[in-house]
Amino acid sequence: MDLFDFKPGREGYYGDYGGSFLPEILTTTVEELKAAFAEIKHDPSFWQEFEQLMQSYSGRPTPVSHLANLSAQLGGAQIYVKREDLNHTGSHKINNVMGQGLLCKRLGKKRVIAETGAGQHGFATATMAARFGFDCKIYMGAVDVARQRPNVFWMENLGAEVIAVKDGQQTLKDAINECLRDWVTNMHDTHYVLGTAAGPHPFPEMVSFFQSIIGREARGQILSAAGKLPDKIYACVGGGSNAMGLFQGFLDDNQVELVGCEAGGLGPGEGNHASRLAYKDASVGVAQGFKTYFLQNQDGNMLHTKSVAAGLDYIGVNPALVYLWEQNRVRFEAVTDAEVTEALKLCMRSEGLIPALESSHAFARAITEAPNMSKDEVILINQSGRGDKDIFTVADALDDDHWKQFIKEKADQYGA
Amino acid sequence: MALKQYIEDRQRNKDLLLMTHVVCGYPSFEANLKELEIMNEAGVDFVELQFPFSEPSADGPLFVKANQIAVDNGVTVEQCFDFMAKVSQLFDFKVLMMGYYNTIFKMGAQAFIDRLKAAGGCGFIVPDLPLEEAGELHSYAKTQAIAPIVLMTPTNTDARLQKIAEAAEGFVYVVARRGVTGSKTAMDAEVGEFLDKCRKISPLPIGVGFGVAAKEDLAFLAKHADMGIIGTAALKAWEEGEEKALREFFQSLGLLN
Repeated sequence: MDLFDFKPGREGYYGDYGGSFLPEILTTTVEELKAAFAEIKHDPSFWQEFEQLMQSYSGRPTPVSHLANLSAQLGGAQIYVKREDLNHTGSHKINNVMGQGLLCKRLGKKRVIAETGAGQHGFATATMAARFGFDCKIYMGAVDVARQRPNVFWMENLGAEVIAVKDGQQTLKDAINECLRDWVTNMHDTHYVLGTAAGPHPFPEMVSFFQSIIGREARGQILSAAGKLPDKIYACVGGGSNAMGLFQGFLDDNQVELVGCEAGGLGPGEGNHASRLAYKDASVGVAQGFKTYFLQNQDGNMLHTKSVAAGLDYIGVNPALVYLWEQNRVRFEAVTDAEVTEALKLCMRSEGLIPALESSHAFARAITEAPNMSKDEVILINQSGRGDKDIFTVADALDDDHWKQFIKEKADQYGA
Repeated sequence: MALKQYIEDRQRNKDLLLMTHVVCGYPSFEANLKELEIMNEAGVDFVELQFPFSEPSADGPLFVKANQIAVDNGVTVEQCFDFMAKVSQLFDFKVLMMGYYNTIFKMGAQAFIDRLKAAGGCGFIVPDLPLEEAGELHSYAKTQAIAPIVLMTPTNTDARLQKIAEAAEGFVYVVARRGVTGSKTAMDAEVGEFLDKCRKISPLPIGVGFGVAAKEDLAFLAKHADMGIIGTAALKAWEEGEEKALREFFQSLGLLN
């Protein structure tokens, strides 16, 4: 199926979702962006250039690893992992960022801005800006700055200016609002490198296009590693970019079940989680430039969201995924913070893998379902990022005494 | 329509009309009423009542804060409409709803327009609703003599401005510069040329907003437009010293003694 073959007059729509709802002042800029994107999309040499760049700079193709220990321990399906964590900067975010960087060069713009939640997208954008010579400003919710300091440290040292956004609930959505405000002011020299497959058209399509490199690689890799297509594939879903990236490789393989794993936080109930589709607290709305399911109240004001994973802590979700969910092509499940911590511990001990808290949502769901599958069935999980960045959060979750001691000593050293 | 007549009547005694803005429920509905009394006294012709939204991405810092606090205080859409009904009874100026599209989307286009009309509103301004998505809302609004106020901006192509002009009712809201609400706009030749162009493209009156804050701005606009639109500057005055400062602000514009 071609999700991006839009019907006349329905450009940017996936079923009833998507579209573009932006201030009039951005109309011309978005038209230019759409034209530039259409050009690269239909230019085979662009994809070649992109692939070569990702190979030489980010270590692509990332491998698919078989988790023999974990599979045996769970006693069910054979589990394989697509290792997006092995990218430069430690997550799949770099795929989209380098793609948009090449696009930004074509647009002739000299400055990039980006929002970031977990900090992985900001980190990747700062890296790209340093390499391509763009000025770079990263907007990040103040709450996320506090919980993802290691990424802030790297962004700043890569030459980006990091702005802690203190509006709203001070997380990803507020950082997106701040980017939109910057963009309506500086669009003449600035490209907005939106990090997830959300927001106004053409971003969901464009981000999905660059991230499709994950699924394109993974399909061939799993066929040769497992000798068959996977029965189920799992990806975590915040905005939806890594899930769209992986799922696109398998959309036409109807026997492959696609499972999106959302942030269940503390569990169901308004304000406890960031699960738009698996729980029933979200409804259709229009915000941040697009129409999708949002966690919002009756008046259309957004609810607070909660998740141990900053990168999944978001009110809305990729519109194509909503469409695929309605078509029963993608199943959505919520994973609670507690399940995430257990899954992470199991991965570390059984396989020596440290998935990011975001990716651990996909692992957790796969771990729940694998034992009920037969040994000749195959699971593929997208490890969208590595967990090093989460060391502070994970240490808290694990209540690690040695770590606490280290932090105390460091604090003493800094005269705290 | 009625709005055209109203604007013509108001234009008889002055060279520039004025539209101002309050965020419903910020800092409180009582404070809003005091602000509106002063605005009424200053002879304001239109007031935008902004319905607070949790994601005001086209607004600058002061209005962002106002929206956020109003939402946190639990201001509802229903309360905003009730307030609008009260205001349109009490004062001479006409009121419009200003807000973000999700507020309307959640109600449904017809229910929104019906409620707006019942509350005495004459139109609405929704900065994140592009023409391409406004079909149902605009066409129903027109059947109810409610004016969808559309925006012209300096980054639009001429062809786009033409399209916007065709969709306009009542008056056109011209955005004087790039950016969000609240920062200063240099009213220079470039702005003047753009306004003259908008005036040529649209037969409707032209209102100009974004960065309009001082008497000189109004004097400049009187030469190129039909209405000045003051948002942030009035709220800023209120924040600095409530009624006294707001009164002084309108005095500084030469609109109050």
